[in-house]
Amino acid sequence: MGTFSTNEFRSGMKVMLDGEPCAILDNEFVKPGKGQAFNRVRLRNLNSGRVWERTFKSGESLEAADVMDYDMEYIYTDGEFWHFMEPSTFEQHQADAKAVGETAKWLKEQDTVTVTLFNGTPLAITPANHVDLEIVETDPGLKGDTANGGTKPATLSTGAVVKVPLFLSQGEVIRVDTRNGEYQGRAPRD
Amino acid sequence: MKNSLWRSAADLSALKARAQLLKTLRNFFDQRDLLEVDVPVLARAAVTDPHIDSIVSQVCGESCYLQTSPEFFMKRLLASGSGDIYSLGKAFRNGEAGRKHNPEFTMLEWYRVGWDEKRLMNEVAELIELCVPLSSIETLSYRELFQRHLSIDPHTETVENLKALANRYGEFDWQDGDRDLWLDVLMTHAIEPQMGDGLVLVFDFPASQAALARLDQDNHGEKIARRFEAYIAGIELANGYWELCDGDEQARRLEQDLKQRALLNLPQFPSDQHLVSALQSGMPPCAGVALGVDRLLMLATGTHDIRQLLAFPFERV
Repeated sequence: MGTFSTNEFRSGMKVMLDGEPCAILDNEFVKPGKGQAFNRVRLRNLNSGRVWERTFKSGESLEAADVMDYDMEYIYTDGEFWHFMEPSTFEQHQADAKAVGETAKWLKEQDTVTVTLFNGTPLAITPANHVDLEIVETDPGLKGDTANGGTKPATLSTGAVVKVPLFLSQGEVIRVDTRNGEYQGRAPRD
Repeated sequence: MKNSLWRSAADLSALKARAQLLKTLRNFFDQRDLLEVDVPVLARAAVTDPHIDSIVSQVCGESCYLQTSPEFFMKRLLASGSGDIYSLGKAFRNGEAGRKHNPEFTMLEWYRVGWDEKRLMNEVAELIELCVPLSSIETLSYRELFQRHLSIDPHTETVENLKALANRYGEFDWQDGDRDLWLDVLMTHAIEPQMGDGLVLVFDFPASQAALARLDQDNHGEKIARRFEAYIAGIELANGYWELCDGDEQARRLEQDLKQRALLNLPQFPSDQHLVSALQSGMPPCAGVALGVDRLLMLATGTHDIRQLLAFPFERV
């Protein structure tokens, strides 16, 4: 995979540190008047999600991590694993609960998601920013109540619970922003 | 959106502030009768300092080096009998890019014949005060600075203790026992962030960090380098010496640097033998200082990123 030297470090670059794949968040070059130059680097451990700060001597290098993002179709879950397929090759990958994490509540079959592979194995799953999901359970809708800003909880087909306006009813399909879990509106009809 | 990288990164007010600053600097030296000199940035020799990397270029079939400061040419002028001189021009350092660094930058450097670094420190303060409003001016030895912020004596503390202390301020990718390295870490990670907004002039550095300054003994009997640095808000602005004038000692230090470079697997560039000859023929006793003009402009305009003050920072050239 090759290596990157500290002066090539850019945010988003994937490197190996202490045997863990990490994404560089930022890289600050520091140099005392006449001495050794340093790079103070913040990295996110892609396995644990934790942010690390580490100082390197300038010019040192880290091994590149074999981490790549792919668009894949979510097919199904067997309860233990979530299965994804690369649409061009039909190659399938299974991700465990650790890789899927919170994303599980936004996964609808046949939706396209981003699968991050590390050495060929799913490391993380990122849903699209917006997903359209059906309300499977909520209090009965209050017809005409569109002016009142009140909300109520609604359970969606994937199990996610989001706050929705009072006028929505069971069976309707809504659009949700997966980054903050907020209701965006009714899903546009095809 | 269309690519806008062709545009100046600095806005019009930044361009004007820079023009004004350059005028202020030139006026300051004109009034004090220093001669402005315009020296080459391209030379057949390179700096030997292991922590500074020169940019190599191919010129008429020869390897030449973009100068990391005008120092060697200015010293050759001093030895040629120029008297007090200043230079306001470009310097180049490979691999230095960030919020406070650009590989090509503007450096002000000046020399005072017959002065020592203590006297020059006062002039540095006078110049900076003209450009940046200062809440305070303090003069501290390297020892006093470490005592104030970390309660240790940097000259006598054990390497193990320096290392342990440094590890409270960050996580490091190495753990070797180079004393100066840990002092540098403490300076950049622990002291600089606590330095405050006033001007702090730090003098009497450890002898091991002498670069091209004279060696001496302080009143604790400690071997020190007659060197100073100027800091504002933790930003290192200037670095000055009571200049080494002994040509043989100069030749030894260049050799020592080259040995150190070999140990660190760094490129061996030709060292400046003209400089050695100039000192051997007799350079008048003098003090000299280099000051980063872009950083002075950062402080004068309250800008946190050097790239906003360069018409075309490295990303746009």
